[in-house]
Amino acid sequence: MDDHILEMSDIGKSFPGVRALDHAHLNVRRGEVHALMGENGAGKSTLMKILMGIYHPDQGSISIDGHQVVIENPAVALRLGLSMIQQELSPIPEMTVSENIFLGREELYRGTPFVNQKSLNARTKKLLEEFKMRVSPSAKMNTLSVAQIQMIEIIKAISYNSRIIIMDEPTSALSDEEVNNLYETIRGLKRKDVAVVYISHRLEEIFEIADSVTVLRDGQFIGSEPIGAIDKDRLISMMVGRELTNIFPKQRVELKGEILAVRGLSRTGVFQDISFSVRKGEILGVAGLIGSGRSEVMRAVYGLDQRDAGEILLDGKPLDIRNVKDAIRHGIVMVNEDRKGYGLVLCRSIKENIALSNLDYLSRGKFFVNLRKEKEACAKLAKELMIKMSGINDTVESLSGGNQQKVVLAKSLMVMPDILILDEPTRGIDVGAKAEIHSLMGEFARKGMAIIMISSELPEIMGMSDRIMVMGEGKIRGIFNRKDVTQEDILKCALTGEVKSA
Amino acid sequence: MLRKQSKKETAGASTAQAMAASGRRISVSDMLRKYGLVFAILIMVVVLSSISGTFFTSTNIINVLRQISINGILALGMTFVILTSGIDLSVGSLVAVSGVVCGSIVFNNPDAIWLGFLGGVLVCGLFGAITGFMIMKFRIPGFIATLAMMTIARGFALVYSDGRPYVLTSEKFKLFGQGYVGIIPVPVVILIIVVLLTLSLLYYTKFGRYVYAIGGNPNAARASGINVGLTTMIVYTLNGLLAGLAGVILASRINSGQPAIGVSYEMDAIAAVVIGGTSLSGGIGKISGTILGFLIIGIINNGLNLLNVSSYYQQIVKGLIIAGAVILDTTSKRRA
Repeated sequence: MDDHILEMSDIGKSFPGVRALDHAHLNVRRGEVHALMGENGAGKSTLMKILMGIYHPDQGSISIDGHQVVIENPAVALRLGLSMIQQELSPIPEMTVSENIFLGREELYRGTPFVNQKSLNARTKKLLEEFKMRVSPSAKMNTLSVAQIQMIEIIKAISYNSRIIIMDEPTSALSDEEVNNLYETIRGLKRKDVAVVYISHRLEEIFEIADSVTVLRDGQFIGSEPIGAIDKDRLISMMVGRELTNIFPKQRVELKGEILAVRGLSRTGVFQDISFSVRKGEILGVAGLIGSGRSEVMRAVYGLDQRDAGEILLDGKPLDIRNVKDAIRHGIVMVNEDRKGYGLVLCRSIKENIALSNLDYLSRGKFFVNLRKEKEACAKLAKELMIKMSGINDTVESLSGGNQQKVVLAKSLMVMPDILILDEPTRGIDVGAKAEIHSLMGEFARKGMAIIMISSELPEIMGMSDRIMVMGEGKIRGIFNRKDVTQEDILKCALTGEVKSA
Repeated sequence: MLRKQSKKETAGASTAQAMAASGRRISVSDMLRKYGLVFAILIMVVVLSSISGTFFTSTNIINVLRQISINGILALGMTFVILTSGIDLSVGSLVAVSGVVCGSIVFNNPDAIWLGFLGGVLVCGLFGAITGFMIMKFRIPGFIATLAMMTIARGFALVYSDGRPYVLTSEKFKLFGQGYVGIIPVPVVILIIVVLLTLSLLYYTKFGRYVYAIGGNPNAARASGINVGLTTMIVYTLNGLLAGLAGVILASRINSGQPAIGVSYEMDAIAAVVIGGTSLSGGIGKISGTILGFLIIGIINNGLNLLNVSSYYQQIVKGLIIAGAVILDTTSKRRA
């Protein structure tokens, strides 16, 4: 076991309301490609952010080359020979390729404060050639394609001469040819004894490039195996593995007629030919990986994003939804996955937030808000959803994540919707609030509301849905009755597009 | 798992207790934070009254109120703009535009004072709408759009008047700047009307809610079905109208429509809003804060004059007070 270049042991990390990592381990050998696997939210990114000094662990230890280290901040991580290719790219668009690659470690003419751009360009050119990239070192980043930018980020990470490189979904924007170039580079790195921690959702890639794999689930260490000792099905069951417990109080609801139908919805480059329908009282689960287009489809139904083709029918009649206001008027409302980005005005009160989507209803005449009606209606909803607060005039930022999510939910209920779209309704909130939101969903369905629930959490999909729609690469890969499928089937369908034959 | 949860609950309870216990202790500093500006004004009044015999006389108080009315009206409009996380640098130039437009009308027709009044106000409203449209349609930052409008409007005022002031001899026109209702100067009456108007707009209408929501989180506002662009445009239009109103009052007070007047008025307006605790990042702020803000600036100006402090030093003092107010605001927020 002496050849471990990196040992992360017993790592624990909590965020308010969530235990993100719980006794997690990761041991990486010198010169190997080590895949880190897990569902969305399993704790992979948190673990890597701890390694890069972005987060500090609550417990546990990290050793590099057998020496215990404390990684205070990203600069320390770089000095220790760690570098990371972030999932979200962060180039400086107005600067050139070589300026971006050597940002913060510019080479100077000796004894002067002037940057030796010539030498930097030459070094960049060499790096670019190594990766067979036909880009000029002096090209500005904003003239590059997303795939090229991603390659530049990879080159930048490698140019640090790191001993451990973390790649978080490095291929998400790359073409096949570029992926092959990346593999070649990774093999080159291995020969130089560099270790790579490789995070990806694409199973094929893991079996193609990785030497061993560690699986996390719910922040816990599930297992670590050499890649030869494992197959696809075993890997999937390690990732999913949970048993369905009673935490999902799915109520038996009699389904009524079809209320919403979507026909041939398309947006160029994002999703194609999406058709599905929901019935009153039904919960339609939508599964798929991040980037599968599942949120984008629903944002288009809600009028938040444009669509290029397709129609949306309510009770069989086509709707002309051009913006959010149109959707709300027709009783369609969506709770965004990004609670803080699109859901809440954090600095304002609970009351103002709940009222925001439907001030028309809470107003007297065209202009004036009916303050008493507003107060009563918001207080009633806050009580129904059991929001823990000292009063409805509290600012939303003073609440916990679960209660913030309930405010968003209350805001959409203020619209009195017939169709409620929920995007990751329970992400990042604690178990108690989660169960409350689930039971509320059941109640809404019983009252005849149609619910569309996007979730990355398969147990939630399996526990709450009547039917499950699986998306991948902007298309529907299958729609199943919950009773006919297992979690493994859904995950396999989302990952590979393979549909279980009936 | 049960144990974990109960542990969390007791932890929550103990922090709640701690908060309740310290609640009483904090309250003094809380009071200070909440009513700090009121205390500041009271202290200034007491100090100035004891040093200068003229400060606390009714003549001087009415004088102060009249002096602050123009900046007050500008600051109230600016409050809306800053609440949407914008800024408007063009109001000083708009004051001049209003002055020359109104001035030209009254110059040619000394009896048509209400036509002049409307002309000044509406033309500035149109300028504000154009600024708002630029921001809405082309998504230019408010800072840039209004910086452009600042020079455009100034140029317009100079072109329109050929660079010369309209000297006004109309006795009737003195009403807006020099008239009285009882013992109260008309500009103060107008200021009070504008206060009531902006108060009801901001707190009692849907538009007011939208202003706060847009400043607090434009994405969430859009996702809630709010027309962000249109609301922003209305805010800048409103600010233009109020700048026009201030311009008419000023022209009436000095009996002339001057194309070069109003330079850097926007800075005093912004200062009043910021001293009043409105956040430059938007979403947080109150009309009452702005009122305290322009009162403070007015009292400082008046007091320093009465104390015969040189106008050079006055600028330094004013700057220090603005910086102090903002430092107080950000540090208290960081602690919260």
